[in-house]
Amino acid sequence: MSYLPYGLAVWIFLVGLYGVASSRNFVHLVVSLTVTQSSTYVLLLAIGYVKHGTAPIFADVPQERTAVDPVVQALALTDIVVSVTVAALLLALAVQVQKRRNTVNPDELHELHG
Amino acid sequence: MTRRVRLALFGVSAGGLTALMLWAVSGLPAFGDYHHRYGILLNKVAVSERHATNVVTAIVFDYRGFDTLGEEFILFASVMGVALLLRDVREDAERPRDATHSDVLGLVGIGLAAALLVLGLYVVAHGPITPGGGFQGGIVLASAFVIVYLAGEYRAYRRLTPHPALDLVEGTGAGGYAVIGIASMLLGSAFLHNFGPFGMPGTLASAGSIALLNIAVALEVSAAFVLLFTEFLEELMDTRLETG
Amino acid sequence: MIPLQAMAIALAALFAPLVVLTRDLVRLTMAASLYAFSLVVLFVILQAPDVALSELVVGAVAFPIVIVVAIVMQRG
Repeated sequence: MSYLPYGLAVWIFLVGLYGVASSRNFVHLVVSLTVTQSSTYVLLLAIGYVKHGTAPIFADVPQERTAVDPVVQALALTDIVVSVTVAALLLALAVQVQKRRNTVNPDELHELHG
Repeated sequence: MTRRVRLALFGVSAGGLTALMLWAVSGLPAFGDYHHRYGILLNKVAVSERHATNVVTAIVFDYRGFDTLGEEFILFASVMGVALLLRDVREDAERPRDATHSDVLGLVGIGLAAALLVLGLYVVAHGPITPGGGFQGGIVLASAFVIVYLAGEYRAYRRLTPHPALDLVEGTGAGGYAVIGIASMLLGSAFLHNFGPFGMPGTLASAGSIALLNIAVALEVSAAFVLLFTEFLEELMDTRLETG
Repeated sequence: MIPLQAMAIALAALFAPLVVLTRDLVRLTMAASLYAFSLVVLFVILQAPDVALSELVVGAVAFPIVIVVAIVMQRG
């Protein structure tokens, strides 16, 4: 029971990977990729959790209180904002593919054209 | 490789991957049982050293400020990639007027946009004190501009966000971060070392260069997201024009 | 493991397959937003307000806009 959050991270990762492998539409593929990426945030925050710890903001709690790990939160915070920008880049690519090859199904895009 | 073969291959390898990941995860310490020294140490010293009550912001902009420089440039590069892919050649062509225009919606939009602007500035300014900071507040600021498009019309939105202004603000934000780092080098210490006057912890004027880096990141993130939305919406308007 | 944490974990584990198994694109946008909100609840329960704020603004504002525009551009 004490390993449940790690199990959640593994479950989300595999679900997202299944979405990427079995997708029929590029937009659905990009969203599944984002789901896979969110499993890493869950894993990071689960590693940093301290039992009976509070948030690492000392504006209203005294300094001596136990707090959870702030370093993994710093990593996850910037990562979330950057991941949506990368998803936008992938969607822009999908839009260009739609314009040139008139399909958004990954299964129909086998050959490289000149 | 047909779809069936691919899915069968995925099923087999996912089974193996699951086993490996569960074995790896069982080697971690139990949930809640945390004893790494770096986090505990930073929680103890961050407030007294840097006078910033939000330890996470102090880590993002000071103790690990170099990593944030890299992340900011990832943002910059990918927005540049979107602009390269989607920016059209017809500069500022005359757009048709929107089909529907509702006065009530416009009024509600003005109220919402003003409230979002103030909220975004609040979240950015209180970064070193309470949860918040440049990354979160930047997107709230960008959404204030998008409300103008959603509740008003496309022409009003484009007049608020001309391309040269967006490029200038985004470049200032991205380059400003590096310039502040170099400024601390000119003052005699290391790159991105916290130089500024540390005020009282818990007030707005505190934490030295963390507040300045906060503002630079907020400028860059808000301009980057408005640029992203602008590129997508312009492409949409072009498609509408072509298909009539 | 207190029941609140178990509930948040169960909610996130429920919504992730919901996102992946939705095929209709407009519903996919809504499902992605719902999944982001369940993650926000999980992050707050794990005592991470900064990360929760980040995921909230991204999942409510930036991500749906980008997806919706991509969908409309594909159809038009």
